[in-house]
Amino acid sequence: MGLFYTFHFYLFGVIAIISAVAFVTRRSPVAAALWLVNTMFCLAALYVMMDAQFIGAIQVLVYAGAIMVVFLFVVMLLNLGHASDVTDIVGGKTKLAAGLVGLLLLAEVFVLWKDDGAPAPVPAQQELEPGVIDQVAAPLFREYLLAFEITSVLLLAAIVGAVVLAKRRVT
Amino acid sequence: MTWSLVLGLLQVADPQAPPVSTSVFVIATVIKMIIVFTVLMVGVALLTLAERKISAWIQDRHGPNRVGWHGLLQPAADGVKNIMKEETYPDAAYKPLFIMAPALAFIPAMLTFAVIPFASPLPTSKGLIEMVVAPLPIGFLYILAIASLGVYGIVLAGWSSNNKYSLLGGLRSSAQMVSYEISMGLSTVAVLLVAGNVALNDIIWQQATTVWNFFGLTVAFIIFLIAAFAETNRLPFDLPEAESELIAGYHMEYSAMKFSLFFIAEYSNMVTASALLVTLFFGGWDIPFTLWDNLAPWSIGKTLLTGLFFAVKVLFFLFFYMWIRWTLPRFRYDQLMSLGWRVLLPVALVYIVIIAGTLLILDLLGIRPGALYGLILGILNLVLAGVLFLILDSGRIISPASGRVEADQLRRLRAMRSRSPLAAPGGD
Repeated sequence: MGLFYTFHFYLFGVIAIISAVAFVTRRSPVAAALWLVNTMFCLAALYVMMDAQFIGAIQVLVYAGAIMVVFLFVVMLLNLGHASDVTDIVGGKTKLAAGLVGLLLLAEVFVLWKDDGAPAPVPAQQELEPGVIDQVAAPLFREYLLAFEITSVLLLAAIVGAVVLAKRRVT
Repeated sequence: MTWSLVLGLLQVADPQAPPVSTSVFVIATVIKMIIVFTVLMVGVALLTLAERKISAWIQDRHGPNRVGWHGLLQPAADGVKNIMKEETYPDAAYKPLFIMAPALAFIPAMLTFAVIPFASPLPTSKGLIEMVVAPLPIGFLYILAIASLGVYGIVLAGWSSNNKYSLLGGLRSSAQMVSYEISMGLSTVAVLLVAGNVALNDIIWQQATTVWNFFGLTVAFIIFLIAAFAETNRLPFDLPEAESELIAGYHMEYSAMKFSLFFIAEYSNMVTASALLVTLFFGGWDIPFTLWDNLAPWSIGKTLLTGLFFAVKVLFFLFFYMWIRWTLPRFRYDQLMSLGWRVLLPVALVYIVIIAGTLLILDLLGIRPGALYGLILGILNLVLAGVLFLILDSGRIISPASGRVEADQLRRLRAMRSRSPLAAPGGD
């Protein structure tokens, strides 16, 4: 079964990269959003291939199933759906900056690759226990409880901020 | 002769049957996939007939009765018609997504059923085979994840048709499904708290040993039921296709088999939602009041009998779906949103806190899951449901069709009517 997992890990990895490239290059925002959904889905598959089934399910549920739906909703509501000539990269200086950032990223990838000759090994297949969620829940609510609660406060602040912004426009 | 057959079916298998090997697993899974897919597709075809028959019965008509015995071949005639019809493509449609959208609606509807256990395990000479296509350890989360993808088909159909009514249908659908998904997820937290796991077989086992969650977690059941209706876009939540406002909503520009795929997707979603309601709240394939069906030794007879019980329970909920369709009128859009966000969400959150607290107290008192445990939860839920419906709601949500009209409001309405130029002279 090890080979099976490894093969599919790389297969979905390649699909994820292709989708991500397509996401950046599409002109139509709806098509781009759908390619991003595909990337999210492939990421979920990668998690499952690494035996993190819970994270995989949450990835699909939250990113592909909720956040991207809201993205699409906004794109459609503002009627941005069709291909337009508007792009982010206009003018020589922006193109130069984009190229430099790209080079920086490539350099970073190169350094990481040199640093650790082989890609990170896929964790050994563990015996699937009935409670796959325990492995996530126990550390989350014991060791990292404070960080978890602080994150919830941050989210609350974001929600309040969103409501305030939305209300200001109405009145 | 018959008796020997019955004895043969009840042939008890070795409870310590060895786990199946990989090749047996693959073959068994393929067979299960074919069986489940076939049953689902034939079931969906018959459901379209059942819907028309039941609506005819409720409206005191005959319903389809020309093709075959009592109209039994009507689904076949409809299928042939849909395949023979011309596929139309609107000029302004965005073709790739227009063609892809029906498939995107159809596939998640088929995928969700994969993790629902539909009978007790089947013993074979090659080992024990679980009666579920994919017994995933994350069981329930998989269903939530795949169900949340179903909205793409509808949204993209609405957008790619390039038609304002279709687009409105798609937009409504995305807002509706995202809103009710939250209540649906939160209502099941209570089920997961009681079961202590997300694997659907564990949830069934917990219900078999204590009490069905319908009695133990009534409020969660009510929230889940409402959210399930909203997620399947069935009346009273069929706003994405509301005929009187949007003509046919998201599938207005579709014809022939593409339209039919949306139809099949809607009915398979209904089947999955019913199966899920049964699994989470009505004990799945558990036979009530007995425990022998949940324990080894397994036998073929047991598998068939539990499968039958599961089917009967699912069919009841499918009937319930159709019953509700002809009982409740459609919500207004603002009513839909306020029900989802201002009623179901807070109720679900408060309910989680109450159930979690109760479970903690029961644990501290040393009451283990069993009859007493179930009784305490049942009484608590009876009280909570009473508080919810009689005091907090007091007839507002439960009867949206005939909301109470205050005396002075009625007077104002009558005054408006008499001032109207359409009013008949001399009043009524």
